[in-house]
Amino acid sequence: MKNVQKSKRANKSLPFFFKDEFKVSFVIIFVSVVLLITTFTFDIVPPILNRGIQPATFPKALLILIIAMTLIVYYLATKNPWKIEKKLPRSFFLTVFSFVLFVIVSKTLDFFLAISALSIFVAYYWGEKRLFYLLLVGIIFPIIVFVFFETILGLRFPPGIITNIYYS
Amino acid sequence: MDNLLLMLAPLFSSKLLLVLFFGTLFGLILGVLPGLGPTTGGALILPFTMTLDPLSAIVLLTSIYCAGTYGGAITAVLINTPGTPAAAATCLDGYPLAQKGEAGRALGMATVSSTVGGIFSVVILVFFAPILAQLAYEFGQPEYFALAIFGLTMLASIGEGSPIKNLIAGAFGILISTVGKDFMTSIDRFTFGINELTEGIGFIPVVVGLFAMSEMLTQSTLINQIFNRIALKAIKLPSKDDYKKTWKTILRSSGIGSFIGVLPAEGGTVASLIGYSEAKRFSKNPEEFGKGSIEGIAGAEAANNAATGGAMVPTLALGIPGSATTAVILTGLIIHGVRPGPDLFREQPDFLYGIFGAMLIANILFFIFGFFGAKIFARITLVPNKILWPMIFAVSVCGTYSLNQSIIDVWIMLFFGVLGFFMRRYGFSVVPVIIGLILGELVEGTLRQSLVIFDGNWLMFFTRPIALTFFILSLIALAFPLIRSRKTKKK
Repeated sequence: MKNVQKSKRANKSLPFFFKDEFKVSFVIIFVSVVLLITTFTFDIVPPILNRGIQPATFPKALLILIIAMTLIVYYLATKNPWKIEKKLPRSFFLTVFSFVLFVIVSKTLDFFLAISALSIFVAYYWGEKRLFYLLLVGIIFPIIVFVFFETILGLRFPPGIITNIYYS
Repeated sequence: MDNLLLMLAPLFSSKLLLVLFFGTLFGLILGVLPGLGPTTGGALILPFTMTLDPLSAIVLLTSIYCAGTYGGAITAVLINTPGTPAAAATCLDGYPLAQKGEAGRALGMATVSSTVGGIFSVVILVFFAPILAQLAYEFGQPEYFALAIFGLTMLASIGEGSPIKNLIAGAFGILISTVGKDFMTSIDRFTFGINELTEGIGFIPVVVGLFAMSEMLTQSTLINQIFNRIALKAIKLPSKDDYKKTWKTILRSSGIGSFIGVLPAEGGTVASLIGYSEAKRFSKNPEEFGKGSIEGIAGAEAANNAATGGAMVPTLALGIPGSATTAVILTGLIIHGVRPGPDLFREQPDFLYGIFGAMLIANILFFIFGFFGAKIFARITLVPNKILWPMIFAVSVCGTYSLNQSIIDVWIMLFFGVLGFFMRRYGFSVVPVIIGLILGELVEGTLRQSLVIFDGNWLMFFTRPIALTFFILSLIALAFPLIRSRKTKKK
């Protein structure tokens, strides 16, 4: 409880644009405004075919509602500041990086190679240094998953270096 | 009495018992795997049912449905990932309880309440199916719109976030449901020229992303922390006191689930949400909800499994599926030459009550598998995160890909994983996003269809008694958290 109060006091002393409540509200409102502008590009149904409301009306109403509610959240946060969150550790950014790595490898090389690469990468950076366990999560388990989905459920995986060898 | 004998027929057929055994086990495994569930499982096995007679085929599908719905609770409790959408509300208390080292207690309660809910709904079906089917007839588009709004207002009191943050998250979920071709005019919305988005954003990538992947990112921030998990406690099952505390919640949620399940297109997810919300409303300790409340698990699980029986009513009596999985079962009925509708009750009672009996036995079977398996499943929480999470990633990615065989779905899942992490970090619950996504199509669809019926006159909604009742209930549901928070502040 004391820590929360301390972090709230610390948050109060920051300039408003550094505060989490401002940054979060700004991002939500910015994205909502961009999407709201996009709704004006939706095709308009001619009155003779239009029964009820236009396709853009419902998303527009939702986005305006989101913006209004976010402003309320921000207003309430100015009265009662959010607590400052701890800085994200390196392991978080490495895990996000592994997601990016997965997307690149699965797109360019192979889906299962991407799963293996991510599994080994994450396990290693999360502290697993034993070779057997790295092989277990990076090779043995993905093979079991592949066999289950491919053989038992009859799923066909996207083409790639390894899957092409298997399918040929 | 005759109907009871017809219900027991599967017990006297070794073939049906074998089908039930296999279906329950298969459903349980599918429910446990994030991304897969009874809907995908039923769809996958549908071609194989062609080799079976109609009763065996539908028994197989319904047993997958019952066990798969329960199976979703196992991953919800153990890894904060609902194996099925209906288990989303179970995550709220199941996972915190597992994090406290009481996974076995959470799983045991989920199993017992699921079984009671499932059996309760089958009993309700047997006695009240014709009446419930008649009640569903009374619901038109305006009533469904009002019901969906009622479901959405429940978001204010659910989840760990503030009511207004929950409503923002719910509105965001509804917004996601508008992506793709507009169902009335076929006009593209928010597709940004990407062909894969014209079909909309799938439910599974969003669920797996928001729950499993965001949890993986959360775990990545905690790898230096040491958790003191007590191995023996992790496999300890619920105590007598737990059952004493929850029996009213289980019965109430069973009733709610059976009723909600009957309403077409509502299904187990809405039932579990309302069951959970009501459990919190009636609880003597509402402050424990979201932190590992045993009542929360019981409320959500009894309701979602009770909805399985309820959802079969419109499917069989009206030919309108009560949920996504019953849509698969309906397809099974049609391809086997069984014509669902009110006549089915009169002309083929042996077939109908055979299905009800099979559902009853499936509930007992998954209780046996689940209760005794809980100790084994609970051990998953003892696997180190550095090994567990890469494995969960592999299964999640393949499960998500399996739905449409689309790599875009996997990328969407990863995007929602990152988004879900930041949502949770800043106090936005991810559950309302899921509920909004589920109800979004129903809200927009019924609103627009109602406006067509009313010739654009919004006031006509208030001339329909059932719709008006739901609107009043919605206002109460919105006001309730505000009143409660004021009361708490005063104290």
